[in-house]
Amino acid sequence: MVRIEVRAREGVTDPRADAVVRQGASLGQPIARASTARVYLIEAALTDAQVRLIAERLLAAPVVESWTRGASPTRSGEAVVEVHPLPGVMDPAAQSVREAIRDLLSLDAPPAVSTGWRYDVSGLTDEGVRLLAERQLANRAVQAIHLAPWTPASLPRGTAYRLRLTRFPLRELDDGALERLSREAHLFLSLPEMRAIRDHYRSIGREPTDIELETLAQTWSEHCVHKTLKSRVRYSEAAKRDSETRGERGSESGGGAEIRWEGRPGHVVRDDGTVEIDNLLKRTVAAATHELIGDGVDWTLSVFKDNSGVVAFDERWGVCVKVETHNRPSAIEPYGGAATGIGGCIRDVIGTGLGAKPIASTDVFVVAGPATPADEVPPGCLHPRRVLTEVVAGVRDYGNRMGIPTISGAVHFDDRHVGNPLVFCGCLGLIPRDRVRGQARAGDLIVALGGRTGRDGIHGATFSSAELTDTHADEFSHAVQIGNAIEEKRVLDAILRARDEEPTPLYTAMTDCGAGGFSSAVGEMGSALGAQVDLERAPLKYAGLSYTEIWISEAQERMVLAVPRDRLPALERICAEEGVELAVLGTFGTPGRELVLRYEGTEVGRLSMDLLHDGLPMPTKEAVWGDGVRPGQSGAAGQGSSETARPGEGTRGSASGPCLAVSRSGCFPATPPHSLTDPLKALLSHPTIASKHWIVRQYDHEVQGGSVVKPLVGPGRAGGRGPSDASVIEPVPGTGRGVAVGCGLQTGVGDPGAGGDPYLMALAAIDECVRNLVCVAADPSRIAILDNFCWPSCERPENMGALVRACAGCYDGAKAYRTPFVSGKDSLNNQFKVTDPKTGRVERLIEIPPTLLITGLGIVPDVRRCVTSDAKAPGNVLLLVGETTGDLGGSMIQRLAGLGPSRVPRTDLKQGPSAARGVADAIRAGLVRSAHDCSEGGVLVAVAEMLIGGSTPERPIGAAIDLARAHADPIVAAFAESPSRYVLEVSSDAADHVTAGLARAGVPIVRVGVLDGSGRLRAVGLDAPVEDLARAWLGPLDW
Amino acid sequence: MTRALVIRAAGTNCDAELCRAFEMAGASPDLVHLDRVIAEPRRMEDADLIGFPGGFSYGDDIASGRIFAMRVRERLWPALRGAVVRGCPVIGVCNGFQVLVQVGLLPGPARGEEWPIDAPPTPTAALCDNVSARYEDRWCGVEFVRESVCVWTRGLEGLGDEVGRLPSAHGEGRLVFGTPGTLARLESAGQVALRYKDNYNGSEGAVAGLCDATGRVFGLMPHPERYLDWTRHPWWTRLDEGQRRGQTPGLRIFINAVEAARSVAV
Repeated sequence: MVRIEVRAREGVTDPRADAVVRQGASLGQPIARASTARVYLIEAALTDAQVRLIAERLLAAPVVESWTRGASPTRSGEAVVEVHPLPGVMDPAAQSVREAIRDLLSLDAPPAVSTGWRYDVSGLTDEGVRLLAERQLANRAVQAIHLAPWTPASLPRGTAYRLRLTRFPLRELDDGALERLSREAHLFLSLPEMRAIRDHYRSIGREPTDIELETLAQTWSEHCVHKTLKSRVRYSEAAKRDSETRGERGSESGGGAEIRWEGRPGHVVRDDGTVEIDNLLKRTVAAATHELIGDGVDWTLSVFKDNSGVVAFDERWGVCVKVETHNRPSAIEPYGGAATGIGGCIRDVIGTGLGAKPIASTDVFVVAGPATPADEVPPGCLHPRRVLTEVVAGVRDYGNRMGIPTISGAVHFDDRHVGNPLVFCGCLGLIPRDRVRGQARAGDLIVALGGRTGRDGIHGATFSSAELTDTHADEFSHAVQIGNAIEEKRVLDAILRARDEEPTPLYTAMTDCGAGGFSSAVGEMGSALGAQVDLERAPLKYAGLSYTEIWISEAQERMVLAVPRDRLPALERICAEEGVELAVLGTFGTPGRELVLRYEGTEVGRLSMDLLHDGLPMPTKEAVWGDGVRPGQSGAAGQGSSETARPGEGTRGSASGPCLAVSRSGCFPATPPHSLTDPLKALLSHPTIASKHWIVRQYDHEVQGGSVVKPLVGPGRAGGRGPSDASVIEPVPGTGRGVAVGCGLQTGVGDPGAGGDPYLMALAAIDECVRNLVCVAADPSRIAILDNFCWPSCERPENMGALVRACAGCYDGAKAYRTPFVSGKDSLNNQFKVTDPKTGRVERLIEIPPTLLITGLGIVPDVRRCVTSDAKAPGNVLLLVGETTGDLGGSMIQRLAGLGPSRVPRTDLKQGPSAARGVADAIRAGLVRSAHDCSEGGVLVAVAEMLIGGSTPERPIGAAIDLARAHADPIVAAFAESPSRYVLEVSSDAADHVTAGLARAGVPIVRVGVLDGSGRLRAVGLDAPVEDLARAWLGPLDW
Repeated sequence: MTRALVIRAAGTNCDAELCRAFEMAGASPDLVHLDRVIAEPRRMEDADLIGFPGGFSYGDDIASGRIFAMRVRERLWPALRGAVVRGCPVIGVCNGFQVLVQVGLLPGPARGEEWPIDAPPTPTAALCDNVSARYEDRWCGVEFVRESVCVWTRGLEGLGDEVGRLPSAHGEGRLVFGTPGTLARLESAGQVALRYKDNYNGSEGAVAGLCDATGRVFGLMPHPERYLDWTRHPWWTRLDEGQRRGQTPGLRIFINAVEAARSVAV
């Protein structure tokens, strides 16, 4: 074994070592001195000259680095931490080094290589070293920690596999045994599903093999078929809840909305008021889209059918969009979880139709408060600050390497996510309109492209459908993976070349290997044809995988193509040129439309496509809503006592920020004048509102050269510090046509702890998403949206009731705004069980609040008309569009200032769309200098953000604000989060014209202030320098 | 026809915009994989301009541009040397700059000295981790150095603070010279072509871009190819019409090069 260490030469700065010192300090472990070295382990017989060549020409840059063969000695008083990947975990650096050594030394086969990091630190106790290693330097789910230089005698390699066909005796099992098998084999199938499988095998008179059972479990998993959202539902409402939410501020009726259930598609209202819905998703989200298409929306190209939704961009191109969650893996290994989340979503876009080129990514995270004390983090969970830092790094390293700009996102903080962080990854692609549809044909070859198959990611699909417990980190570490972006980039380069071959692409259909691996990809593509697969043909990372492991592995960076025989040589040539591995696994089309699986000639599985795709029993789900029924706040969860994290109490911001001070001071005084300065600063400092520049600037949002409206806007040293409502790119440079991306996330409106209603939450989220897009000049009649539900367990009827209401909101909202849903995804069972390690009793169940992310894609007809939110010039007038109501329920100010209960805001489905059209018209006419939506924190926060964006110390801009015309109650006027509102900056000449235009459309619009050159934000009860507000806003997440 | 050879590899990801830059500047771009150029070095002989684009070549897992540079040094030196000696303008942007520095093409031999024939020059500079130890994307204020001999940046000196900016996005852009005195020597030779006004990555002398002694080989961390349209400027919505007149500074860099290439061809 050759060990080579590479480190910074004496006297050359080592920023990684400085970062380790900072990490130590953040753990309360002051490090006196730190140094870092990269460790390369090369298992090959090399001459000294070869080792020198490798070290000096490949591994080290002699100008600034020195290298050592073997382990350099440890200095006295210093401790060593070495971090190496666990066996089988993806090590992209090792792959690069292997190939480069082969190239450099002209070897026939590359040597085995592994890489690691060595940290030498002084000044810490043994305990301090351990803390640093476990909390900052390594994650034991994927890495091994060594407290001395580690040079193994050999690198791990697999042992040969010999076929052993395994059958499960299932036919004689009773219910108890079926349930036990489902759990112990990690199938996560329900009892009725297990019974259906047993009955099927009884009927065909044999026992299933393991691979058949696994295939059914993958295909029937919540992750793959969305059985909850597609299930039959019986929904009932308890008595109206009313009095409890009547607060002092503006609430005349109960917290929830009255929904009219009659007349909805596929909804049957029984005499007792119960509502039955035969397929929730089809009858709400999808129904809205199909009704809109029937009613003149003629620009969708593919909805709900493919890996992503596609809409028309112009005559030649379509744009596709997909958003996925990767919550479970990110909870255990945030870096790899987020990276493979974005990697998978990118593959969904690549694998849409006959192939799309990814053009932008988005990311939205929801985590617990960053200042959560370490001892309050439940066992089995990572600290939220670490989770956030690492998910950002994961998205950064994957997206940047792929060359896809990450242009839009959001981060919300809520302590109920301590065990269930949410990681939403989105991707947009550009696809020729004549390449939107693919269809495999009988006789086409099943071709796998890209990464090799390993044991990584086994059971990801079933794991993502289960709830988390504190033992999951150990039990499911094999479901966690590290991605290799360059592998995926090579696959993309090869696919785009194969797609653009004339006269037709070199393949007839394509899909990515996501959850379920080959089993899902081949099963989906062959559902109408059948397929025969020879599993030993799949290239493996190491020997020893069983046929079942090959079939269900979710190893990353793989695509499956259906390739006509005569096009295979051309595809092989392209793949060879791009360095992409290709393997022919089998053929599509079998006589009986079956899935036939073989290993070295032996049949190991045979399943009918009918059973796979239509055999899943769909039980009726019970759903309730009403008085005393609180979703997301369970009582005893089956066993033992339980306690939920309390919403309402807010999320801890920065420990020393003004946020806590306001919380302690409680409500505002009963009578005005109220000082608005402290609450405004507290809002700006709340991590949910505070600037995300620390995240944004780690992403390459400029690559591909199309960024027109960036995530940060306005003038500034680094190029803008104001928050953008949405981002705009010009995907085909020179056309002047743009794509805008934005999102809406209104968890507060649906928050069970604030008397919220998921129906209203869905409406508010769609409204917010539309506003964000309209603010940058998207055409509101060309907005497509996506739904991503993240829910607590839907086995609880209360949570299912919340889901039914959210879906009703999706239907009503999409129709009112004429924004078709084109794709979506759900992640259910987001709850965390803390168990007592001794007794196994559930001590605590933490459910997340029902969360619905709406992502929107809007077409911008002319990018030169784009508007940004940064305030432009003194003398211009500020107009507030939309009505301000006294509903403070679920708002940031309610949480921060401890205000009493209040109704959550309603979205007016006439006024909201009218306001969007009116604002869009004014922007298209060139009358608007800047536009910003009012969301978290209300008008005052919106105006403060516009000033922070537009004002600089050299050219200050300030504003004098009078909100009395917006609402009589100054607290409401300043901080209410009423939907459908915008702040527009217009020249004083244009103000009357813009006002008249919106008033004609029946939309309230009032003048709320004027910009000046003071550099101060002034109103009754408020006089603050913009630079002070900027500090409050920029500081909390400036990590 | 001015032909621009743009060399890509696995992980290159700024190739399309670099091709567009050459095209808008009047050249005809030809995007070719490094393997192909190694197999057919004449492609370099046929080129009037050569571009090394940004990205994460081969993953940048060891260090940025390391494997790409190693392959160029080991397999392509005679052809690349030929192009440089004949005066073909060469640009390396971001990852491409990291490649050129590790190949030894930048800063290259002092004026009057020959390019070595058998092997590329020993590198004398390196681009290391930013002082922040992380990747950062920002639009930097830059100074186009008046005294520079760089042909790519001609006429851009004295641009105002608002339009005189370039987008920059990298984790390893801190320029370090191997020996003291190198920076001063390069400055006096006019080889420092571009400086950061806000030296956020900690480069020696705030240097953002270097050229060789002839001014025809140019490497820089910022991305001029991402600034070909005024609607890419970070606050273009507040620039007035006068400021947005004519070509962007990003495009002017490529126009300069195409003109320089034509003067060689003639």
